[in-house]
Amino acid sequence: MFRLLLIILVVALCAIWYVGRHAGWFGSVSFSPAVSLLVSIMLGLSIVWILILTIRGKFAERRVVFLYVGIAVAMPLFMSLTQKVAISSEAQMLYDYLQKVPPGSKVLVTFDYDPPSAAELQPMAESFLRYGFAHDFKMIIFGLWPQGPQQANLALTKILDEPDIRAKLPVYGVDYVNLGFQSGNEFVIQRLGSDFKSMFPADYQGTPYDSLPLVRNVRNYANVDYSFNLSAGYPGTKEWVLFAVDRYGLKMGAGNTAVQTTGMYPYVRSGQLLGILGGMNGAAEFEQLTGTLAKGTKFMLSQSFSHLVVVAFIVIGNVAYFMHERRKGKRSL
Amino acid sequence: MNTGIMDHLALWTAAFLTLGIISFLYRDNVWYKICEAVFVGASAGYWFVTYFWDNIYGKFWVGVFPGDPSRSPDYALLVGGALGLLMLMRLIPKIGWLSRWPLAFIVGATAGLNLIGYFASNVMVQVADTVRPLLGADGGASLYDVIGNVVVAVGTFTALIYFFFSKEHKGAFGGAAKVGIFVLMVTFGASFGYTVMSRMSLLIGRIDFLLGDWLGLIK
Repeated sequence: MFRLLLIILVVALCAIWYVGRHAGWFGSVSFSPAVSLLVSIMLGLSIVWILILTIRGKFAERRVVFLYVGIAVAMPLFMSLTQKVAISSEAQMLYDYLQKVPPGSKVLVTFDYDPPSAAELQPMAESFLRYGFAHDFKMIIFGLWPQGPQQANLALTKILDEPDIRAKLPVYGVDYVNLGFQSGNEFVIQRLGSDFKSMFPADYQGTPYDSLPLVRNVRNYANVDYSFNLSAGYPGTKEWVLFAVDRYGLKMGAGNTAVQTTGMYPYVRSGQLLGILGGMNGAAEFEQLTGTLAKGTKFMLSQSFSHLVVVAFIVIGNVAYFMHERRKGKRSL
Repeated sequence: MNTGIMDHLALWTAAFLTLGIISFLYRDNVWYKICEAVFVGASAGYWFVTYFWDNIYGKFWVGVFPGDPSRSPDYALLVGGALGLLMLMRLIPKIGWLSRWPLAFIVGATAGLNLIGYFASNVMVQVADTVRPLLGADGGASLYDVIGNVVVAVGTFTALIYFFFSKEHKGAFGGAAKVGIFVLMVTFGASFGYTVMSRMSLLIGRIDFLLGDWLGLIK
């Protein structure tokens, strides 16, 4: 009964806040640096308290861990603290190469991910598109994942609405084009090496390939100056390296989910990839490099807080384990 | 803010489903099960519609029967269509064996395509990169690069020794295998760290949606 009442109360509060926001009663909430610091200290002290309780033999249940991770992720979103993001050599490498790509170059931007990975890859996509429009790249967009082109459209809508980009008056079909989705995984990448048009006879909206001035003369990878792949798995960066980079000499950088990144580092070291952005940290690095801070940077504080909480609970878990073992040992004597 | 009724409904539905999935952390419950079923059903429906309109209609049907008189029909697509049809024969047990033909085609084509790709990219280039000159090609590598080259060479070699099971792991060989285990543990640790980062990122995305897009608590 108590739980039901609690849920009803929370839903009612959410509804009031939602209506209030649209009616203009409430605005966004932001903690001052002092309050942010106080919240952080309180969170740290409460974890120390859990550690003390664990040493005393009172073990916290798993839901406490979930609650702390939730708090650690949510609280920093309200904080006005900023975190310094160190630039990795792989992100620097990607940015350095991008700076060498001249304005007017034809750039392939491939969206091989779907909404579940958007938290990490969408900030990268937005930053890259922003950079591309600002540097007058002619961007050819498509995806080997069905929802990829939709993610591209979401990013495009947002970026094209920014005053700096809007002022450049980018034209669809001339400055950028979304060719949509094509199934076939690595076979598509292979086929694009000889004929783009056979894989994308029309764009996302059904406009015939030859009617789009940007791609009319793009026959294969030889007509593309640079490529940026956003990938969350298969098919993704690995397949692009195997079938486009090594076979056709496509120049490529990549943005990957953190899970995937470790597997891609060898390709950077060997020069097969011209730099890589790994996870949300990679998105934040790219934002720092391009000088436009956005969601990637904003989320890094949550990322760091949650990591600290995870590390703290790994320590607490180990303490709990050894306490439990010691008790078992005493009982068996 | 110019928000239509459908946008409000979409936001509340997304919030309801997000909270329903997160509710599993408390314990298994009906709300979670409903959200899970909706997710699976919607995904299956989405994939079916996408593949139908993109492939069966957009590529096959329009390719074989182009409405545009300036385009000539591509009858080669009929071969692919026939193979696709044969795949469905699994649904009829008596002639289910016919589905082996398209499967054989897929396995053969994939193997053929990947054989060269993997060998060239993952074997040749990676091996060449592993055994690069420790001091750089011209001897001008920085200390950071030299240490990196040594770690990669020693790490790869010792990790391979660990997986060499036809010789007992004793003496110098056993010592190298132990170094290999250490290298593997460091690798798994790095992967785990990145995996945690990825999962946290997903959670941050959903919390940002709930607190930002839905409730407007954060900018």
